Order: sequence, then structure tokens, then C-alpha cells
Amino acid sequence: MSILIDETTRVVVQGITGGEGTFHTQRMQEYGTRVVAGVTPGKGGQTHLDVPVFNTVADAVDKEGANASAIFVPPFFAADAIMEAADAGVKLVVCITEGLPTFDMIKVKQYLKDKDCHLIGPNTPGIISPGKCKIGIMPGHIHTPGTIGIISRSGTLTYEAVQQVSIQGYGQSTAIGIGGDPIVGLKFIELLQMFKEDGETEAVILIGEIGGTAEEEAAAYIKKECTKPVVSFIAGQTAPPGRRMGHAGAIIAGGKGTAKEKMEALEQAGVHVAKSPADMGTKLKQALT
Amino acid sequence: MKIHEYQAKQILNKFGVSTPQGEVAFTPGEAKEIAEKIGPRVVVKAQIHAGGRGKGGGVKIANTPQEAETMAQDMIGMTLVTHQTGPEGKIVKRLLVEEALDIDKELYIGIVIDRAQEAPVVMASSEGGVEIEKVAAETPELIFKEYINPSTGFLGFQARKLAFKLGLKGDTLKQAVKFLTALYKAFQATDASLAEINPLLITKQGNVLALDAKMNFDDNALVRHQEVLEMRDLDEEEPLEVEASKYDLNYIKLDGNVGCMVNGAGLAMATMDIIMLSGGMPANFLDVGGGVSEEAVKNAFKILVSDQDVKAALVNIFGGIVRCDLVAGGIVKAAKELGLKVPMVVRLEGTNVEQGKKILEESGLSFQSASSMQEAADKVVPLATQGQ
Repeated sequence: MSILIDETTRVVVQGITGGEGTFHTQRMQEYGTRVVAGVTPGKGGQTHLDVPVFNTVADAVDKEGANASAIFVPPFFAADAIMEAADAGVKLVVCITEGLPTFDMIKVKQYLKDKDCHLIGPNTPGIISPGKCKIGIMPGHIHTPGTIGIISRSGTLTYEAVQQVSIQGYGQSTAIGIGGDPIVGLKFIELLQMFKEDGETEAVILIGEIGGTAEEEAAAYIKKECTKPVVSFIAGQTAPPGRRMGHAGAIIAGGKGTAKEKMEALEQAGVHVAKSPADMGTKLKQALT
Repeated sequence: MKIHEYQAKQILNKFGVSTPQGEVAFTPGEAKEIAEKIGPRVVVKAQIHAGGRGKGGGVKIANTPQEAETMAQDMIGMTLVTHQTGPEGKIVKRLLVEEALDIDKELYIGIVIDRAQEAPVVMASSEGGVEIEKVAAETPELIFKEYINPSTGFLGFQARKLAFKLGLKGDTLKQAVKFLTALYKAFQATDASLAEINPLLITKQGNVLALDAKMNFDDNALVRHQEVLEMRDLDEEEPLEVEASKYDLNYIKLDGNVGCMVNGAGLAMATMDIIMLSGGMPANFLDVGGGVSEEAVKNAFKILVSDQDVKAALVNIFGGIVRCDLVAGGIVKAAKELGLKVPMVVRLEGTNVEQGKKILEESGLSFQSASSMQEAADKVVPLATQGQ
């Protein structure tokens, strides 16, 4: 099992004919993802990377049965692209694009409220269920099928976790980057719940970072609901307040959102918190033995 | 992005938010002229991107234009230290000269994006003029909040609710409602991330004005707000950070001596953390981007070598889609071209890592290689200490 995606997932790539879209569609195809359609307004009728290109997402859903989307369009068009996919009935939208204005995301979240659609991102490496499907830009080959769920606010730090998990002899059921922005689609809690219900997932690694209160909310949920072991690392213990650390969402504002607060909240919820990023794998091993 | 108080007030005025009359002065002569126009009694306010200016001696009242000129003479060029500037302080280069008004009450208004609610929130409190974080921590019941539904915007009744809760009446209440509505309009129209009026002034005559104003903006939206972008004051930013921003690098100068270069913001923060946990202190946050282009590596090295505080450097790259051999090639090329002098520990991981390490070893440059983050931190911290 896996969450959100599997070998039957049919992916439409929005922005498939652009540079990023082309490059990563090829990588997804190599990995075995079923990319069934692309969308570039005005290029409908063409074929790109052996995939039919449509003018609208609705067409891609009608003609090719796409049920998931990967978005590679520029930041100022990304909110529109997300809402178009949701309107067309796509069940899972993965927005890779970085740099969406916060107000655009506020609108998107409002729009998605009454839609049967999950959003991952924006500003995310995407989602992968090793051996089954990859929607995103992460290197597929470092992943191995297994029983560990990974949820993270960052990209390369997730790869680091994947590698440490592998060294300890475990693989991943599904690994998801939720995105580094202040407002994102699926958050820790929804994904923890999915992993809880996923028969194959044995334990979850939650990688957080400074800024906001998503980790504290996750801690409260874990304390009440989570029956599986959770291991966590919070990046940014050395980050100064008031400075945005690369990700738009990674900022300690008004004394809130520090790594210390988050680590304490998680520890109190029974989470195995790794102080050092080098200890994520060993903490997992400890939690499972 | 941050802007100065006088710039925030210029923006707010355009949206109908009332502020005291005032103008910016770059010289004592200008300060005098402005005081002659709007005075004789004026407030002279140092313009720096930090709060707490009053306590630091950056806000003073002048009774005559001559006094305003003398005050400006003293203030321009002075180093202003407040609790937000750090001990090094900031040099004052601009002043806001404003009409002095009779204060009856000082209130607080702030608008931010509430991340948990995924909506803007307008906050109001009768406890103005002090640090609002303190009020939030000690007496949170004194802060009133209204969340904004993005489809409807800030509604009239919400503004009225806040104004009534602040205890306002009559014409002052009407003015406050108008003020709040205009302030939200400005916040939304400029893609702001913060609009803070502290204090909001109620004059003895019952008028409502923004005595101070602070606005920050969503960096991701600046491209669609040229008028805001033009207000950027490079003097207020760390020179190396300005340089890095030209190359689209995410760079923040810190106090330590271990320079870091990492791909990805999360991994970059984690690298800083492991340096600290291993007994060192990072000199910077530097994210060259997930893709690690050769150009980005070169520019990142330029920034690292121009920081005198860096005594040793740690390069931590997790090559995913990009191959480690290409990254290694870029590192060697950049190090040779720029004549990198500080000792450097390189940790490469991911695709083609062995070929990458080989390129580093055969480069003839004095790189130390590390296989894990822990090993890298263990190697670089002593090197930095020795170099100190």
C-alpha cells in the first residue's frame, strides 16, 4: 500500500512543454509513472514526449482519464493552474512551482474547500511511492519500497532522511514534501492520518522547520490519535529570529515558531525527536526495536 | 521586504489611511524647511528598518525649525542602537519630520497573515505604544481579532466590532472604521505580509491617525508591485546579502566562522544546526538551490570568500537530479578561479558520488572529503577554530 498515489495513478503534467516540465516529465516517465497527458494552453493537439497535449485540464481528464496533476507553470500562473485542475475533477494536485504569492494561496485554499481534491505544495519536491509512482522532482533512484512514511517541509533534507532510512535497512511506503511556503495544501495532520490508516506503513518520519505552528498542531494530533511511532527532526535550531531562511515559510516571527518550541511539543507528544539531522535514521531504528 | 516608516505612510496615504503631515529629510537643511512648512513644533524621527527607535534616542520633539535643524544635524550619521538592531546598531541616513500632535490615547492595529487559519487577520488592542508581543503573552484577552474571508474581504461590521471593542465613540469611531477599512485595502492591494500601526493615535480633538507605521511585503509578490520594489533601501541590508540577492542566492550572514554552502533551504538549516551541535558556529546560511548550477556554485564561493569571518568552509551537497561529478567539477573550477584560501570540507552525496569524490581528490586543491554530515561537521569545526 501507499498513500495518495500508486501504480494506477494517471498523471497530467501542466506546463509539460516548458523546460522544467519537459525535463521532469522525462524523469517521471523513466521512473515508471503513468504520464497520460500534458496541458499547455494553445498547444492542444500536439504530442510531446509521446504524450498527447491538451489546451485544458478538463480535456486531459475527459480524454485520458487523468486523476492526478503535476504543475510546472511559472509562479504567477500556478494558482490558476491548481484551481483549473481541481475544477476538472483531478483528485490530487502536486504543485512543484516555487514563489507563489501568499494571497494567491489564500484564494486557492478557499477555492479547494468544497472540492474533492488534495493539493500537495506549492514549492515542493512532490510525492513518491517507491516502485509505483513518482509525481515530482526528487531523485527516484535513492528511494526503496518499504514501510516508512516520510512527511517533510523541505526537499534535499528529505533525501538525506531517505538515505539514512535506507542505511538502517528500511524503505519508504510514501514520501511527501508538503512545501516550504507559509500556506500549503495538505499539512502534517492530514498526512499523519493517512499514514495511520495505511496498513503498510509502520512508522513515520516528520521533518519540520522553523516558522508557523504546523509542527505544534501535528504534535497535538499525534498525542491524541497516532498509534504508530513517529520520529522527527526540526531544522533551524541556529536560525536567527526575523530572518527568512530560504523558504518563505521558514521565519521566526514575533518570537514564535522556534525550533525549540516545536521540539518540546513533539517530545511531549511521545515523538522520537532527533536533535541532530545525522540521527534521523538511528532514532527510527530505536523507535522500531 | 521591509521599507521605512515614511515610505509605509506614503503607501497608506494613497489608500486613504490618515497619518500626521510630514516629509522625509536627508539633510539638516531639509529638516528645517519641512519644519517651517508644517511646524513650528515637529517630531524628528530617525528612519531605520528597526523598531524601538524612541528609546534609542531616534525620536525627538523640536519646538522650532532651528531646533529641528540642530537635531537633524545630530541624528543624521549617528549609529542608532535599539533592541532590534543588534549591538552594532544602524547608521541613520534619513529622517521623517512630522507635525507634533496632542496625544489622548495610543492604540494598536496590526494586520498579518495567520498561517494556521490561512487567512489575513486584523488585530486591535487598546494597549498601544508598547511591544505587542508582550501584550500577546501576558494579556492576550486585550487583543481583539477579526479573520478575513478572502472572498468577501474585510467587512464593515468587522471594522465596527473592532472599533467598538477599542471603546471608541461618536466621530472617532467613524474615523476608526474608515481607517481600518483603508488599512486593510492597502495591505491586500500591495501583497503585504505585515501592516502594523503602533501606536494608532487618538488626538485630544478625537482624530484618528497612524503615528507610526510599519509594512513588510511578500517577497514572492514584489514583481507585481514595482512601486514597492522601488522603495527598497540597500543601505539597510547586509552588503553580502545584497550581492547574493543579485545572483538569486539565498544568503544570510550570521555570527560564526564556519562558512556553509548547501543545496536546499532545509538541508542548509540542518547543516547549520549540526555545526552548532558539533561545537562550532555557522558564519552564514547559504542555499545554492536544489539544482546546483555551476554558475550558482561559483557565485556562492564569491560570497563565501569575501566574508572575512569565514575561517573554514563546509560544502554539503545532496545531488539528486544533478550528478555529483558535475557538482564536483563546478566546485573545483570555482575554487581555482577564485583562489579559495580557507580550508574546505566537502560532503557530496547522491548520484555519481564516487566519481565526484575522485574529481575533488585529483584536483590538487586541499579539499577534505566527508561521507556523512556528522563527519563533515567534525572535520570543519576544528579547522575553523585553528584559523581563528
